Amino acid sequence: MRGKSTTVQTISVAGGTCGMAAGAGEVWNKFARVLGENSPGIRLELTGCKGFCAMEPVVTIGDIFYCRVRPSDVEEILEKTVHNGELLERLLFQDDGKTCETRREIPFYQYQDRRVLSLTGEVDPVNLQDYLTRKGFESLKKALKMKGEDIIQEVKDSGLRGRGGGGFPTGRKWESCRNSQADSVRYIICNGDEGDPGCFQDRSLMEGNPYLVLEGLIIGGYAIGAEQGYIYVRSEYPLAVKNLEIALARIRAEGFLGRNILDSGFDFDIEIVRGAGAFVCGESSALMASIEGKIGEPRVKHIHATNRGLWDKPTVLNNVKTLASIPLIIGKGAAWFSSIGTENSKGTMIFSLTGNIKNTGLVEVPMGITLRDLIYKIGGGIPGGKKFKAIQTGGPSGGCLPESSLDLPVDYEALLEAGSMMGSGGMVVMDEDTCMVRVAQYFLNFTREESCGKCPPCSEGSLLMLKILDKFIAGNADEDDLDQLGAIGRMVAKTSLCGLGKSAPNPVLTTLRYFKDEYQSHIKGICPAGACPGLNQ
Amino acid sequence: MINLVGKLQDIQEEFGYLKRDKLDEISRELKIPLARIYSLATFYSSFSLTPPAKHSITVCTGTACYIKGAGEIVERIIEKLGITPGETTDDNKFKLETVNCLGACALAPLVTIDGNYYGNMTPEKIIEALETYL
Ligand SMILES: Cc1cc2nc3c(=O)[nH]c(=O)nc-3n(C[C@H](O)[C@H](O)[C@H](O)COP(=O)(O)O)c2cc1C
Ligand code: FES
Repeated sequence: MRGKSTTVQTISVAGGTCGMAAGAGEVWNKFARVLGENSPGIRLELTGCKGFCAMEPVVTIGDIFYCRVRPSDVEEILEKTVHNGELLERLLFQDDGKTCETRREIPFYQYQDRRVLSLTGEVDPVNLQDYLTRKGFESLKKALKMKGEDIIQEVKDSGLRGRGGGGFPTGRKWESCRNSQADSVRYIICNGDEGDPGCFQDRSLMEGNPYLVLEGLIIGGYAIGAEQGYIYVRSEYPLAVKNLEIALARIRAEGFLGRNILDSGFDFDIEIVRGAGAFVCGESSALMASIEGKIGEPRVKHIHATNRGLWDKPTVLNNVKTLASIPLIIGKGAAWFSSIGTENSKGTMIFSLTGNIKNTGLVEVPMGITLRDLIYKIGGGIPGGKKFKAIQTGGPSGGCLPESSLDLPVDYEALLEAGSMMGSGGMVVMDEDTCMVRVAQYFLNFTREESCGKCPPCSEGSLLMLKILDKFIAGNADEDDLDQLGAIGRMVAKTSLCGLGKSAPNPVLTTLRYFKDEYQSHIKGICPAGACPGLNQ
Repeated sequence: MINLVGKLQDIQEEFGYLKRDKLDEISRELKIPLARIYSLATFYSSFSLTPPAKHSITVCTGTACYIKGAGEIVERIIEKLGITPGETTDDNKFKLETVNCLGACALAPLVTIDGNYYGNMTPEKIIEALETYL
């Protein structure tokens, strides 16, 4: 029991895409209807995603965290919790029979360190005043008083590496763009294409705290000497586009964007470009071709975008999470940022935890946390008493890691060595009922369909591999096929033109490395997961 | 700078597909060959060259949905309506499409019908949902 509160109470409904899909809109409408125009002492707020997607629709009142709220719960919440301070037990999170009275007690949140996500899900995403009262745009003000070089040095000192896949040091990327082609026009682009299926961390940030992403983009533009920025958003994300549009209009009106920003003499504007549904457009050169209104075909890598990118001008491309980290680094300093993490992977990483896992959601964890802690402490383990089989990181370009890799730290190099990659933050857990041969087929199918078809190793090589995988699934494969599959995979990885083709064989190669016995079972006509029709289990 | 992709997106949004006469118009106006417009229209999967059906069914086949059985859901719809992904029923009532992740993976497997979300789908529940549109 809690005492009756005298201050303003905020009822906050999580209204990200995940929440809306689960019915948060109806819950919010019901609150609005019952509260009516005049409800002194109560503020009703629709926020972005609070992260715990498995429990949507989520409603919080201060520290109280209500799960799976239905419109029919609304009147009781108002009467008992808001007016009388009583808890509704049935809506609280239950962890192995233990009821969590506050959010802090929920293990899903306990082991996280929400830094970049600190405001996502806590504020009305498009309310500029909310952002400003939480130190929003203070970092931009500070940055505008610094020299571009000094900002870049701070970003270098922080150890920030790209959160979009490759992990390239952000400060170095900015520096080479700034120093390229003196007197040229420059561009900075935010990559919000988020093409990896099963990923929603960039969406949640753009939807839930668009100002943070934009602030990072403006600071980046200032640091490298650009006057125009772009934010490239995936076509399936209408809410992200809408919130970004509103946010842009508001900051333009307040002088944080446009000509002579905050009287600093710096001119900068941002345009939103909607993607049109092609995975390869997340790749740097394809994305730029797409912004230029062309087919999103990648070009050979030896021309660096920082030298000749968009319209052949020096260009920086950064992921949403990378740019969203910038205001924190400028505001709190490089030392603060790099105080957590591992030797070569600093700060936190945001993951979408999905698949066969209890606590599906968006998590932010310090670099260096083990996969085991992520899956069991935060993710709550595998539902239905099933056994863990694999964790897939890095999307279609990444790999599947087995039980024996679970003590690996989340670290760029450690994941690469294991054959997977950090990627953009997708983390899909698979249980014992998942057939790894089929998983390899699934990802390869995905990349083949998304291949632009320009270079033969990628388009033809993946087709050949798929044919061999089909033989395994039908139970017609032999040992030679096993060898061939690996050989073709290595060839495609070596000779493809762009990152899509180079990484396309990864799911095949990692499953061959860690789950070879499962391929061998298929040769004998057995699918251990019982997922291939016609084969024995 | 004119963004051709953006122009096509506007047409797609307004009419639900890329109308031929509108494409002709753009081609004339911007002096861009129709072939180039078509190459864009077929490269990007969010464009459609045929008019929309009355109801549009989108099955998410992203990784999370795949792991949780999206494949079976697609098969049941194919069985029920006799169309494969990308096709429209003869009476133009349903169009079936698949998409790589709708960004609401907690509800996997996920289907949308006319923009309404149907989460945690099973082969039985999807048929029930479809019936309400028949
Ligand atoms: C096929 C392919 C798809 C990609 N998709 C994305 C994406 O959706 N989002 C993203 O940020 N980076 C993606 N990347 C990586 C980008 O090319 C680029 O490295 C990244 O946006 C740079 O930002 P960062 O340095 O902040 O990580 C993709 C790369 C490839 C090869
Ligand atoms: S994989 Fe289906 S919603 Fe993300």
